[in-house]
Amino acid sequence: MEQTEHQNEIQTEDIELELLLEAIFKKFGYDFRDYNKAHVKRRILQRKQSLGLRSLSDLQHKTLHEKGFIDVLLRDLSINVTEMYRDPSFYAAMRNEVLPILKTYPYIKIWHAGCATGEEVYSFAIMLKEEGLYHRTQIYATDFNPVVLETARKGIYPISKIKEFTANYQQAGGTHSFSEYYLAKYDSAILNQNLRENIVFAEHNLVTDSVFAEVHLIVCRNVLIYFNKTLQNRVLQIFSESLIKGGYLGLGSKENIMFTDIYPFFETLDSKNKIYKKKVHLP
Amino acid sequence: MELNNTYKVIVIGTSAGGLKVLKELFAALTPNFTLSVLVVQHLSPQSDGFMAHYLNKLSHLTIKEADAGELLLPNHAYIAPANYHLLVEKDHSLSLSVSEKVSYARPSIDVLFESAAEVFLDQLIGIVLTGANDDGAKGLINIHQFGGLTIVQDPAEAEVSAMPLAAIQTGKVDHVLGMSEIIKLLNTLSEQNHLGKQRSI
Repeated sequence: MEQTEHQNEIQTEDIELELLLEAIFKKFGYDFRDYNKAHVKRRILQRKQSLGLRSLSDLQHKTLHEKGFIDVLLRDLSINVTEMYRDPSFYAAMRNEVLPILKTYPYIKIWHAGCATGEEVYSFAIMLKEEGLYHRTQIYATDFNPVVLETARKGIYPISKIKEFTANYQQAGGTHSFSEYYLAKYDSAILNQNLRENIVFAEHNLVTDSVFAEVHLIVCRNVLIYFNKTLQNRVLQIFSESLIKGGYLGLGSKENIMFTDIYPFFETLDSKNKIYKKKVHLP
Repeated sequence: MELNNTYKVIVIGTSAGGLKVLKELFAALTPNFTLSVLVVQHLSPQSDGFMAHYLNKLSHLTIKEADAGELLLPNHAYIAPANYHLLVEKDHSLSLSVSEKVSYARPSIDVLFESAAEVFLDQLIGIVLTGANDDGAKGLINIHQFGGLTIVQDPAEAEVSAMPLAAIQTGKVDHVLGMSEIIKLLNTLSEQNHLGKQRSI
């Protein structure tokens, strides 16, 4: 008996969740309908609970009628957990296997999609500087969430993170002292201004926008894990179209293109670090 | 012990001392095990999938690190990768998330238990083994609430008793058992599933 009641409750909640996501899309243009539901539901229910609301219908009402409340939900639904040189072996592989090839191009364009608060974008900037490539590189760093992009633009992070960043930097094969790249001030580490020179931060929504630019390397880490198969294919198609032949794609450590539509057009450069290369001779 | 239910999925949470008991468990589960197993063991963020390889070698089950999007299969066990939360979707596929740590942990036992509880309802068994904090206690409450079976390793026997004790304190635990009894119970369930299938044919 009790189970059926629970099932009923869950069913109602799932309908309400669908309606809420539909409302967010229709009113604000942010499309979470093809996100994996378990994660979205967890975040939304946490918000409902912390506000003491009775149901997701109440949350929908608040979202539609209360000015500015959508920003709270956007923050809940975008994952902004990142760090400099997250998964150091990925950066070491980039430095050793990808940058030597990119070096052969007169001008390098990199698209960092879903850059969140920017830590990994600056990690690339530092690496490119150390390899003597930064002056002829353009980095496009995009995210759908304007709030996190603002943090990214500033390049100011809590000083408490520096210990971890420094350890990561070293493991990733950094050739200098990490302390050369920031200024410690009170509780903050302010990254050097000149790291920002060739980075353009811009709003871009992988779910609803299209090809962004033609680039040599796309980095998009721990974004696809939140998408269902349909959406993954859509986004990977955009990446495939945005890359030059022979261009590179770097994903998060648990992401994979193996079972997606673009797989025939790519070869695997590094299966552990999830680095792929777009084939020069397409099938 | 009444076992008149058809359980399909087992979720297990453990931290300190976990590897040893997981080894004991997976080495002893019978061939053609009919249930799927999901495991969260607190690991250092630098761990690299060693545990899944190690356990896979000594078990009849196929044991692997969970990949995003894969579908749960019987006779398989999926370990949450270090630094990712593991969740279950409605269609019984797995998903991963790097969202904030929950009670200092990622992967979090509570996150797995809570998401599995409402997908599998009364077909779920939740087990909390040895460990040094209270992760999993909240999740067991959810499993109980949605009709699942809740089991905790006997704290007297656990290498670190804090996690089993915290779970027991919720008052929502169906059975407190030693490892050998847990193993016997799970193998019996698998056996009954086999018999049930034969009968229905």
